[in-house]
Amino acid sequence: MREKILNYIEKNSRVELSELAVLLGTTEAEITKELADMESEGIICGYHTLIDWDKVTTDRVNALIEVRVTPQRGHGFDDIAERIYKYPEVNATYLISGGYDLLVSLEGKTLKEVSSFVSQKLSTLENVISTTTHFVLKKYKDHGTILNGETTDERMIMTP
Amino acid sequence: MRNPLSETIVNIKPSGIRKFFDIASEMKDVISLGVGEPDFDTPWHIRDEGIYSLEKGRTFYTSNSGLLELREEICRYLKRKCDLDYDARKQVIITVGGSEAIDIAMRAMIDPGDEVLIPQPSYVSYEPCAILAGAKPVIIELKNENEFRLTKQELLDRISDKTKILVMPFPNNPTGGIMTREDLEDIAKVCVEKDIFVLSDEIYSELTYLGDHVSIASLPGMQERTILINGFSKGFAMTGWRLGYACGPKEIIEQMTKIHQFCIMCAPTTSQYAAIEALKNGDKDAAMMRESYNQRRRFLMNAFKEMGLPCFEPYGAFYVFPCIKEFGMTSEEFAFALLDAEKLAVVPGSAFGDSGEGFIRISYAYSLDKLKTAVGRLGHYIEGLRNKVER
Repeated sequence: MREKILNYIEKNSRVELSELAVLLGTTEAEITKELADMESEGIICGYHTLIDWDKVTTDRVNALIEVRVTPQRGHGFDDIAERIYKYPEVNATYLISGGYDLLVSLEGKTLKEVSSFVSQKLSTLENVISTTTHFVLKKYKDHGTILNGETTDERMIMTP
Repeated sequence: MRNPLSETIVNIKPSGIRKFFDIASEMKDVISLGVGEPDFDTPWHIRDEGIYSLEKGRTFYTSNSGLLELREEICRYLKRKCDLDYDARKQVIITVGGSEAIDIAMRAMIDPGDEVLIPQPSYVSYEPCAILAGAKPVIIELKNENEFRLTKQELLDRISDKTKILVMPFPNNPTGGIMTREDLEDIAKVCVEKDIFVLSDEIYSELTYLGDHVSIASLPGMQERTILINGFSKGFAMTGWRLGYACGPKEIIEQMTKIHQFCIMCAPTTSQYAAIEALKNGDKDAAMMRESYNQRRRFLMNAFKEMGLPCFEPYGAFYVFPCIKEFGMTSEEFAFALLDAEKLAVVPGSAFGDSGEGFIRISYAYSLDKLKTAVGRLGHYIEGLRNKVER
């Protein structure tokens, strides 16, 4: 049941609990309990809204920054990652396999904010060897949702 | 001038859906719950294989029976899903949709005067195909109180010494009814005892919501007397690709292949390549769609309960079949009035046989949002009818 709840609310966290209970063939009390449990267990970490900011304002940019760092004895990458993700302007931080170590995402900043974050904060951290900043030019799909995707029902209106 | 037309074909009445289609497609803002195909697009990886096969220039005929690789995948699929063993070289034919398989199976097995048992309500093409093959169709009227399952007694009542084929249309369009293993065992025993062949149309086999689908071919003594028909339209959302298949005893498949060879040549090559991908890597897509249909099914059953519309709980396909007898109208009258008053299109149950009279078929191959709007309109209409009666 948990996975079914999660699969559903991952796409639509605003669903009425009574409706979700019908869709999944269970009771509202069961759904309420599972949600509360999963929240306290840290499985559900938040309920966010997917916004296409490009339709609201033009001066926000998103950047993905590849960061190469020197891991520390006894702590690996965790300490340096923490020093990075504690900056409030950082939206996401991942440890990555391959040609670099950390992928840092900044969302909804001005160009100036990104450049000053990279040059003054990120690059100057001890253990950061190098950074490569990529600006997102266009978002086609985010969180499994195709942005600007139009769907029309092309089926015939009635078939046997 | 002589009459250019065949009496046989002129006497077959056109599908009861046609006139609704004509009227509904002229109207604006109609919400239709009348569609018999998935609302999902074909999963991208399957479409991509089709595109790739075109890019590679695989644009020639395949063998009459279809690509051997596809037939082998079908055998693996049926082993995995139904524990059935078929010989890919001799017991499988790829057809243009399940529809062609129904047609050529009848033609390969029927001699004039043979009787074909057709449980109804069911898909519209069994009866015409039987007639065109020269058979006498014998209708078995399924009942709401049995949840539209075929019972042993109903079968026995219709068997004569001319009975050759029993059509088994489960999971069922339009009722959504299914046959459990126990239900099928009763039927299988009769078929073995009375030496009747079974044409089992399992096109909705991926869409069952009460445990896994059971094929009647997998029951003792049945594989040698069953033509199993399936395809890619419903389970993998591939209706427009027109691809189905039939599996069965090699003597029957051999004769079906002969008809297919002269009439069709082979099923579309692009679709065959795409279908290989569907069977190899499509299980998770089918599961995702099944879960989504199941949610909508529950939504509708709950909505009917709330509006007091009687409907048995169906566990297959993507249809529900509520009873509208309380309103004192025929299915057609009800459907026309509903279309007129609320711009909501449903299919009258009578389009699927006389025993569908008093019911309407509602398809849930629609997004939840659309279903909500539609249910609102249906509820509003029914409430109006009930208020009128009270006054």
